[in-house]
Amino acid sequence: MTLPATVAELVRDFRANGRIVIVGASLAGLRAAEALREEGFTGSLTIIGDEPYEPYDRPPLSKQVLKGWVPADHTKLPRMREVDADWRLGVAATGLDRAAKQVRLADGEQVPYDRLLIATGTRARQWPNPTEAALQGVHTIRSRDDAARLRAALAEPPSRVLVIGAGFIGSEVASVCRELDIPVTVVERGSAPLVGALGGVIGEIAAQMQRDHGVDLRCTLGVSSLEGDSAGHVRRARLSDGTVVDADVVVASLGSIRNVEWLEGSGLAAGFWGVGCDAGGRAFDINGVVTDSIYVAGDVARAPHVLYEYEFLAMEHWDNAVFGAEVAAHNMVNLEPHYRPHLLVPGFWSGQFGVNIKSVGVPPFGDEIVFTQGSVAGRSFAAAYGHRGRIVAAVTFDHGKWLEHYGKLIERSAPFPPPPPGWDRPPDMKPMPAEFPEPGVPTEVPDVVLTGHAPSERTAEFRPRRH
Amino acid sequence: MRIVVDLNRCQGYAQCVYLAHEVFRLSGQEALTYEPNPDDERRLQVERAAVACPVHAIVIDRLEGAERGGAS
Ligand SMILES: Cc1cc2nc3c(=O)[nH]c(=O)nc-3n(C[C@H](O)[C@H](O)[C@H](O)COP(=O)(O)OP(=O)(O)OC[C@H]3O[C@@H](n4cnc5c(N)ncnc54)[C@H](O)[C@@H]3O)c2cc1C
Ligand code: SF4
Repeated sequence: MTLPATVAELVRDFRANGRIVIVGASLAGLRAAEALREEGFTGSLTIIGDEPYEPYDRPPLSKQVLKGWVPADHTKLPRMREVDADWRLGVAATGLDRAAKQVRLADGEQVPYDRLLIATGTRARQWPNPTEAALQGVHTIRSRDDAARLRAALAEPPSRVLVIGAGFIGSEVASVCRELDIPVTVVERGSAPLVGALGGVIGEIAAQMQRDHGVDLRCTLGVSSLEGDSAGHVRRARLSDGTVVDADVVVASLGSIRNVEWLEGSGLAAGFWGVGCDAGGRAFDINGVVTDSIYVAGDVARAPHVLYEYEFLAMEHWDNAVFGAEVAAHNMVNLEPHYRPHLLVPGFWSGQFGVNIKSVGVPPFGDEIVFTQGSVAGRSFAAAYGHRGRIVAAVTFDHGKWLEHYGKLIERSAPFPPPPPGWDRPPDMKPMPAEFPEPGVPTEVPDVVLTGHAPSERTAEFRPRRH
Repeated sequence: MRIVVDLNRCQGYAQCVYLAHEVFRLSGQEALTYEPNPDDERRLQVERAAVACPVHAIVIDRLEGAERGGAS
């Protein structure tokens, strides 16, 4: 047989009889499994997930579930097709042996693979003081159990809720509290809500929106400590300016931590910002060499993006998990030149205080912002972000129909400020600084993070020069 | 039944709200919220809403009705 014929035969054989293991049984893991079958993979498929539940959707948890409209166990994801997999739910992967090509499970079992997909996502960052974090009434929200617990606490109802961190999730929690007529205090270290994701100009609008809805918003402040009563229930928080807030429910929405601990010692480029991979989802090893058999998708992946000067992006967005999973699945069962790139123009939505906030592109990549449509006072507008004279992102408040238009401008790297639309023009179309905090500061996700180069993670094996 | 709305795609046209208001709701002008696992009795309404959605943002489970062994 000729070499190409042998290779083609190998691919055929792998698709028919190969073993694929997916670690992480959530949005990315499920969609990848479905896409693998769609691609014609008929070999064995094992899906390992540490949660006891079949894959469910997270965005409703901080919205309709908290509000009490939808029960927390009602967000099971719809299935696109049969996946015929061996599901190992309720057991964590605890190690990866790349030499033996095996995943180690918490129950001691070793699961062999020919190709592996890492889709272990992120978890909520807990309140840093463990004793205070263990007080009853202190919550985080990532899983459906978290949402069920917090929902039950809100139903009591509490006398006041304290939200620590005004990213998207913290802001959504505050919004639900106000809809339920529960007093809420929001403490944010940054200058305004959403400032990490959308910058200070938009943050100021979000701040006003929160205050108009009766949120007691305190920015540029931290929470120094939480105090409980003798029964171990949280009662109050001490802020960095010495003031005290009485609250019987505390929601720490401090961003997320990537689930990469199980990869320690595997020699993969896994660290604080996730697992580094190429734009096709193939994982890098610690030396920056791409692997052939290990792929990454979803919140835990970080990949270079052509539109953003090949900077490594970690995108904690729903559409990134879906699209990244499809791309990784395709590439797992194909060979060059049939690889597909994961070139998503990221999109995000958040419903809060009755306003539909959406973004496209990567706002923190921009340094300038210009309002292009609508009215800020009416909280119904579109704004574009620019970097070095081109448009890199846009945000809309109740102007979602326009997002696609901006998405197309971003794909084309159209000039910034973009040409003014024919109508619905705001009075002032002058670009101004977008006011993002210093890069590299962890933000209150879900968000897109420009992860750049992390010198602290320098673990490469430098090769001695031969003389 | 299980559904998910791709809210990146959804443009708040509210067609779904007219056709199945127990399942889809607008919060404010255009922020859509919905019941992801509505009662099976609503199936016909939900299917109509999915067809009517101008941007095909409503995704319905394709296995439903079929036997779902465990997590399948
Ligand atoms: C409350 C909330 C609201 C959100 N709202 C929005 C929104 O409005 N818009 C938006 O675009 N995005 C939103 N997101 C983000 C979105 O949900 C995520 O981007 C998406 O869930 C990512 O999917 P994933 O499969 O990559 O990761 P995850 O959903 O995090 O799944 C990873 C899975 O792997 C499991 N796992 C971890 N480690 C191991 C291990 N060692 N072994 C086995 N299993 C393991 C985890 O328990 C988890 O089940 C929200 C997220 C949350 C939590
Ligand atoms: S009909 Fe479609 S676009 Fe309109 S609100 Fe419903 S899901 Fe969104």
